[in-house]
Amino acid sequence: MNPTRIRRIWLIVLLLVAAAIAGSLITFAMQENMTYLFTPTQVKNKEAPDNGVFRLGGVVCEGSVKRTDGTLAVSFSVTDRVNQIIVDHEGILPDMFKEGTSIITTGKMQGTRFVASEVLAKHDETYTPKEMQDAMKKAKEQKTKSCGKI
Amino acid sequence: MIPELGQISLILSLLIAFLLSCLPLWGAHRNNTVLMQTARPLAHAQLLFIVLAFVLLTYSFTVHDFSVAYVQRNSNTLLPFIYQISAVWGAHEGSLLLWIMILCIWTSAVAIFSRQLPDKVIARVLAVMGMIGVGFISFMLFTSDPFTRAFPVQSEGIDLNPLLQDPGLIFHPPLLYTGYVGFAVAFAFAIAALIDGKLDAQWIRWSRPWTNIAWAFLTLGIALGSFWAYYELGWGGWWFWDPVENSIFMPWLVGAALIHSQAVTEKRGSFKSWTLLLAIAAFSLSLLATFLVRSGVITSVHAFASDPARGIFILTFLVLVVGGSLVLFAFRAPGKEGGQAFKAYSRETLLLLNNLLLAAAALMILIGTLYPLFADALELGKISVGSPYFGFMFSLLMLPLVMLLPFGPITRWQSEQASKPIKLLLPWAILALGFGAISFFFWPGSTIKTIGGVIAAVWILCGTLVFVRSRFKSSGNGFTAEMIGMVSAHIGVGIFFFGVLMTESLSIEKDVAAKPGSSFSLRGYDFQFKGVEQIEGPNYMADQGTVVIRKGESIIATLYPEKRMYASGGNSMTEAAIDSGITRDLYVALGEPLDNEGSWALRLYVKPFIRFIWLGALLMAIGGFIISFDKRFKKRHANEANP
Repeated sequence: MNPTRIRRIWLIVLLLVAAAIAGSLITFAMQENMTYLFTPTQVKNKEAPDNGVFRLGGVVCEGSVKRTDGTLAVSFSVTDRVNQIIVDHEGILPDMFKEGTSIITTGKMQGTRFVASEVLAKHDETYTPKEMQDAMKKAKEQKTKSCGKI
Repeated sequence: MIPELGQISLILSLLIAFLLSCLPLWGAHRNNTVLMQTARPLAHAQLLFIVLAFVLLTYSFTVHDFSVAYVQRNSNTLLPFIYQISAVWGAHEGSLLLWIMILCIWTSAVAIFSRQLPDKVIARVLAVMGMIGVGFISFMLFTSDPFTRAFPVQSEGIDLNPLLQDPGLIFHPPLLYTGYVGFAVAFAFAIAALIDGKLDAQWIRWSRPWTNIAWAFLTLGIALGSFWAYYELGWGGWWFWDPVENSIFMPWLVGAALIHSQAVTEKRGSFKSWTLLLAIAAFSLSLLATFLVRSGVITSVHAFASDPARGIFILTFLVLVVGGSLVLFAFRAPGKEGGQAFKAYSRETLLLLNNLLLAAAALMILIGTLYPLFADALELGKISVGSPYFGFMFSLLMLPLVMLLPFGPITRWQSEQASKPIKLLLPWAILALGFGAISFFFWPGSTIKTIGGVIAAVWILCGTLVFVRSRFKSSGNGFTAEMIGMVSAHIGVGIFFFGVLMTESLSIEKDVAAKPGSSFSLRGYDFQFKGVEQIEGPNYMADQGTVVIRKGESIIATLYPEKRMYASGGNSMTEAAIDSGITRDLYVALGEPLDNEGSWALRLYVKPFIRFIWLGALLMAIGGFIISFDKRFKKRHANEANP
């Protein structure tokens, strides 16, 4: 084989190795940092991971927000109008957090309660995110203000 | 009446854009000078009517013409005058109009500043830009007309989204659009070159200054957006790897790669196909960004409306542009890579690595951003890819980039002995490592990131200065604008990474429950909460807190963070208060009231060196601007004037 061809083969091998490394790194890094979104009903049906981090989406149940006076601890229920799950959080809630608006929280289950490390409500009634629309559509079909079963 | 006039201007501009996309192209094909020369006047006419439409829409905002649906939704009589103007591009329809106006400005600018270009080239370039105009003006007219009347007419408007009532909004979208729409110029030049089939260094020399200016504007726009998020969103973060940020960061990365590969192609004739491909990719990613932001397929503060028709229209346009240009590329790209050959260690190789790393970074962001969309479409579940993925992958790819950066400028084209630059840079590498080690013990709470930040800054700064020194030493060679710009941008990269890594590793963030009079100590700063009182603004009421910050005995600053309720209703808005400094920002945001005794949740941050992030970006942008003024781009060659 002539030198050009050998160089070319080397180049191809190097590129393949680089692509393989890049591919596996991306897969690995993505798997480590991927979180799924579940609704309270899905959580009740044991579809969400028992011990892993996931995102819980739904509406903040009316009248469920409880603060412990003088601390940052807060708890509220997230509902899809069929079931609800109590969320515990310690920290400052976002501006758009209100009872009756849809939110997404990240955290894990502890017993029957969801301990949230992050609460997102980047949107109001006009700007409901695509991800929540499907979950909310179901809730709307129920035509109820009830927060569902605990 | 006025809105109808605006409507008519839009329709006229669409017709003109259509003519612009056909006549000159046909002329260039037929060698018909008259047809080719229609390009410039048509470009200016297109701009004229779009500007007219834009002015009329602005007028409708300032006279509160709530019979126009778009005005009604995004303004009200209480809105301060300056925000009535910026509300024009505050939501989907208007921001699309701004997009188009900026495209037309670029088109006209190319028409004006390209006197030295042959008629044929300019005819094709402007025609390609006209085609983009046709796509976007019809998109606006058919799916998102800003002049649609509202029935029945309301007496009061809703409001501009309070998040957007901020000086940041006045400049952020125009700068950003100027940047990524500007890649249309490089794209048009590439397509024109492909149609022409003559792929010499010439077309690159013509398009280089445009790419640099567009990239510089994009840099400013992104930096401003990041700064805005930092002080407006009240979370104290400056980058969230949010899908919208990602979508705009991809064209930036590819644009940065394009700037470098254009330099190689212009000077050495190498990487021709690659440069063409990057020019196509940069603009396609800009279109993708427009699609992602405007179609509402992703969740974000930027996604204002989701209308399937809009998404499908842009997606079709995107497919046409990407597909069409790739097909053209497949048929017309140079089969043989010309240009001078280069050895394994040469400036070409280093720039190739730069390009691969930047392109890989863009690709990994693309995968991370689009994967959730595909997963959702394929019913694999609703996934979000967390920011650690992007952070990890990006650091991994930028590490070699930073390491190699100082080698580029001091390595010769074609072939260089690796020992020479290594000898020049070795002392500085040791110095950088030394500083890194010292910094670890200097700042309490240092991590590996702190060390990395210091090393990166010292290494890039010294390495770039080595280039400056060697340039001074070499007999009588001055500095071209291109070199000065490069030095500025490279130093900017060093300062940027310094800011990022220092902020990431040394920031202290604390959410506290504060009683009036209570104090909190963060990294030697004493934050004392005095309490909250009510104040009144032009179109809002606010709870205003007072926080006194002391260091030792002396008062450093008194901050007044606010929580605003706008008169138009809707949600409350956090206005953080920041005491900024070169070495640190002190940041206070109000949370919510916690009890009846005046206690509030407070968010207290100390952010070391965060200003360096934007300072670095500013230096990169300035570098881009300086480069585009290089004399070499103004030179008129005999064969250019008369091909």
